[in-house]
Amino acid sequence: QQVSVEVLDHLEHLALVDFRDSEGVERLQKAIQFADQLQEVNTDGVEPMDSVLEDRCLYLREDDVTEGNCTKELLENAREKVEEYFVAPPGNIPLPKLEERETFLQGS
Amino acid sequence: VVLKDGLRSQVSAALKEGRVTPTELCQRCLALIKSTKFLNAYITVAEETALKQAEESEERYKRGQPLGVLDGIPVAVKDNFNTAGIETTCASNMLRGYISPYNATVVQKLLDQGAVLLGKTNLDEFAMGSGSTDGVFGPVRNPWSYSRQYREKSVPKSHSEDKESDWVITGGSSGGSAAAVSSFTCFAALGSDTGGSTRNPAAHCGVVGLKPTYGLISRHGLIPLVNSMDVPGILTRCVDDAALVLGSLAGHDPKDSTTIQEDFKPFELPNLTDVSKLSIGIPKEYHAPGLSSEILALWSKAADLFKNAGAKVVEVSLPHTCYSIVCYHVLCTAEVASNMARFDGLEYGHRSAMKESTESMYAATRREGFNDVVRGRILSGNYFLLKQNYEKYFVKAQKVRRLIVNDFVKVFRSGVDILLTPTTLSDAAPYMEFIQEDNRTRSAQDDILTQAANMAGLPAINVPTVLSERGLPVGLQFIGHSFQEKQLLTVAKWFEKQVQFPVIQLEEVKGLDSGVFQHQKSASFS
Repeated sequence: QQVSVEVLDHLEHLALVDFRDSEGVERLQKAIQFADQLQEVNTDGVEPMDSVLEDRCLYLREDDVTEGNCTKELLENAREKVEEYFVAPPGNIPLPKLEERETFLQGS
Repeated sequence: VVLKDGLRSQVSAALKEGRVTPTELCQRCLALIKSTKFLNAYITVAEETALKQAEESEERYKRGQPLGVLDGIPVAVKDNFNTAGIETTCASNMLRGYISPYNATVVQKLLDQGAVLLGKTNLDEFAMGSGSTDGVFGPVRNPWSYSRQYREKSVPKSHSEDKESDWVITGGSSGGSAAAVSSFTCFAALGSDTGGSTRNPAAHCGVVGLKPTYGLISRHGLIPLVNSMDVPGILTRCVDDAALVLGSLAGHDPKDSTTIQEDFKPFELPNLTDVSKLSIGIPKEYHAPGLSSEILALWSKAADLFKNAGAKVVEVSLPHTCYSIVCYHVLCTAEVASNMARFDGLEYGHRSAMKESTESMYAATRREGFNDVVRGRILSGNYFLLKQNYEKYFVKAQKVRRLIVNDFVKVFRSGVDILLTPTTLSDAAPYMEFIQEDNRTRSAQDDILTQAANMAGLPAINVPTVLSERGLPVGLQFIGHSFQEKQLLTVAKWFEKQVQFPVIQLEEVKGLDSGVFQHQKSASFS
């Protein structure tokens, strides 16, 4: 059961990562096939497990400010910044549709 | 002091008595790192800061006020732990040039004890892999490839074959750390363990690799792969040293809410002589497809060793073992999809020159920054998390996880103290052979014996046991009850004493930078 181009395109949008070539798509197909083995296991009445520490109470700190004021250090690693801002290209512009953008999937 | 000495037993005393100074130790390790550069175990060597730390340690010893047993001890840290002022790359283009603004909690703890941080070790990109072959800085070579023990056994395929090309892998993903410890360039190293990434290379490199109980050691500052399974791992040359390092790292961290709140008391390991009260479980499903006959025989021999010493040895069953790797595959890729979302080029790391829009900049940055393996897992993870797939894959995997955990609970409740299993399916493969299969296939094969312990959060340790027919290390794994590291390590130490694993005999390597190496040979590897 092949994954449709629509889903592949959708995944590229969600992940913001590309398949790059047919090998990438094959990789996904094999991963799904591998994961399908899970269906063999009977999990009736079994609760999903989030964490092995589920029987414990998560530690919560007091709501006190104990550190901070490290703007300079945090900005050190950013490529583009202006004063104390990280600079991003314009937002609210969706990724081009499949037909319009350069992606391996276009040929499919 | 020779570099192969145990920390607590010999080196600490030598430092206190002034028979060796921290600066000397540091310099010798740095020199050895230089002469073993071909192993590619280190990504970054922090020479200046290490020497400074060594000098400071020396001052403390002179005043008679060392911070503890780890004061002045050279250590290495896997390059997925944040280290303030030192580049942290995760062996990925995405983080090349990233200088951490802070120390991971475990790194800070080591430094607070006076340890000398030599550098950051090599790994598979973002800790995804079981060979330490898929990082942007190239693969790590197993030091045993250059040992007399391996060389004696290897048959040259043709007289013209370049000895260079038959080196074997370290295993992964903490291969750099394992190689660093194995080749004596440091006394202890930190790795990480999500599916076996500390125990697997420990087995292939002939060192002790400890995966602590999930929740015992802080993950703050460890760049996450799978939040519900990751743990910092400890690599040392003997079990006593692992217990020592564990003692300095374990305990609640307010910065990591997944660390348990109970007090942790560091312990020294007793010298166990009577094992008659022990119950050792041998899980039959760990006789996995592909397990080499050599390791199968070794496992059996080890079980007999315990039996003959008076312990109760029983066969047990962990029926869902074969699904552990599939379950891991789904949960891992799902958590990876989420964890890798933070890499967008805006705040740190690589940033693409693309300026059209935020989304296209993110996409281009991630296209340029991640390798095939990482991108593959992100895409698979996103697939399993799609609304139409969520129940069928992600929730299903979470249910199977509970079944796997329950298997262990049942066995431990029946009176078994420790499980004994192989760590790997075979000894280390030659690099040329290993890369014939892709990363996912290899990981699925190699993680099979180590993965379930991560699923259940249990402590597990690899103890180097014997040399294979090819002259390479083979180790066995012990898995213990949650938070019962003392019992686990006590048994591991007893076993270590019984098997007397040989010391690696590193040979000078022709044509490679071996000058200092040869000099070190007589002084250190006797």
